Amino acid sequence: MLTPENLKKVEDLRKRYPTSQAALLPVLWIAQEQEGWISEDMMRFLGGLLNLPYGHILGVVTFYTMYHSKPQGKYHIEVCTNVSCMLRGSDKILETIEHHCGVKPGQNSSDGKWTVSEVECMGACGGAPMLAIGEEYHENLTPELTEKLLSSLK
Amino acid sequence: MERHILPEIPNYHVLDVYEQHGGYGALKKALTMKPEEVTDEVKKSSLRGRGGACFPTGLKWTFMPKQTTKPKYLCVNGDESEPGTFKDRKIFEVNPHALIEGTVIACYAMGITAAYIYIRGEYGKWIRMLQKALDDAYAKGYVGENILGSGFSTNIILHKGAGAYICGEESALMNSLEGQRGYPRVKPPFPAQHGVWGCPTTINNVETISNVPLIINKGWEWYSKIGATKHPGPILVGVSGHVNKPGVFEVATGELLTDLIYKYAGGVPGDKKIKAVIPGGSSTMILRGEAIEGVRMDADSLKAAGSSVGTAGMIVMDEDTNLIRVITRIAKFYYHESCGQCSPCREGTGWLWKILKRFEAGDGQSTDIDLLMDIANNIEGNTICALGDAAAWPVQSMIRRFRDEFEKRVRPVAIAS
Repeated sequence: MLTPENLKKVEDLRKRYPTSQAALLPVLWIAQEQEGWISEDMMRFLGGLLNLPYGHILGVVTFYTMYHSKPQGKYHIEVCTNVSCMLRGSDKILETIEHHCGVKPGQNSSDGKWTVSEVECMGACGGAPMLAIGEEYHENLTPELTEKLLSSLK
Repeated sequence: MERHILPEIPNYHVLDVYEQHGGYGALKKALTMKPEEVTDEVKKSSLRGRGGACFPTGLKWTFMPKQTTKPKYLCVNGDESEPGTFKDRKIFEVNPHALIEGTVIACYAMGITAAYIYIRGEYGKWIRMLQKALDDAYAKGYVGENILGSGFSTNIILHKGAGAYICGEESALMNSLEGQRGYPRVKPPFPAQHGVWGCPTTINNVETISNVPLIINKGWEWYSKIGATKHPGPILVGVSGHVNKPGVFEVATGELLTDLIYKYAGGVPGDKKIKAVIPGGSSTMILRGEAIEGVRMDADSLKAAGSSVGTAGMIVMDEDTNLIRVITRIAKFYYHESCGQCSPCREGTGWLWKILKRFEAGDGQSTDIDLLMDIANNIEGNTICALGDAAAWPVQSMIRRFRDEFEKRVRPVAIAS
């Protein structure tokens, strides 16, 4: 399930921790980077790799919001609507995104291009309102800038 | 004041530049001292934790057992997720080597051979910045085996979280580091006795640790004279919401909140009046705009004003703000982030949110205000960790200080004839 290169990475990772269970979060990150999401088959595979029950891995994957147990769109738009962003107009940013992508938060677009999520504070309150696409933060947004950004994504 | 944690030096994040300005000098100095002398220096400096609880850092370090057959660990908490808080991100960006240097010094002081810096998963980009700095520090022999020929060895490992506010709670952080769900643990036993992997552990905030090289370099006497006497040192304050220039500002503790808003953050757009201020992140008690006059950013002053420093993440709200929307959004956050172990928090946070949504819709009932207070009072103090308190305090303070806002949104009841 994991590529040989990624299996090598897992081996290196395990040396950083006194137990193999402790490598679970970083190993899940590797799996998700490889596949875009974490399937049941992958969880079972990782269970064999780290000697952990499937139930434990499922529990961890579903506890943390950044692990996806369903396939995601090509672009995952995460928009913060917490207080600092809300005070500076995140409603309008979310509306713009919903309109452009044709989906509500928590949904994937039918063409597989977009996943939109409403997220909690991303630690970008000084650049509110903001959204993130993958690891990239886009701050100090206006509806116009948001529209421009989304239109540039092919 | 001269900036120490976020200095105005270009490319300070680059190891060469950091070294040119005396970087890693504190580590060299610390390695010539006895470990307990290093701890003593930090203790005397009166440095208090910057992660929210303001606990004396040096005192915390003395809790670590000296004689133990088990390995000891340091966890550096960079899970920064409290709404309104975005300071640690600045340290990763501007001054990653102070964090690394402080981590090694802390390890030396406590006899620790492995430190884990736990950083929230959303900060992927910043984790890479810190990893680059760490790789450079390893290459120069500041971290790893036989550091600078002293015979002392310690490793630093960066650990990426995966999206869970609760993992900023120290015992949840340790469970997360162990590869489990981030469930807080019942205390006692305390981490210094039984921490990560059952071993003695100290957990310090990123900003706290980044203050350590400064204390060692300049000495405790110098450090303890910065800012507020009982809560000294530089502090990173995030100012967001209705201000012209939101951002992170390094000031001495004891700075006036009004100066932070008007001098540093450029005042309120349109010169509007301030209706309310959350001084230290969303869990700290909200203050009325007129009540911030003369209040300072330090533990004692904010306590006297009926709030707390928290993570020094100030959120400013102008006179047109719908505070019921604000408190409803905060309640939704804590409901979403409750780990679900303790019934008062798991159920109570959801009830708070649902009732507040009624007020948001102008559909509150006259008994709802007392009901909200009753629920909040029954969450507070009745849970394993402080998330329950964090959910209760904003609601309690909002009702106490802005009761009229709730009363305005009570649905008129037809009187039966």
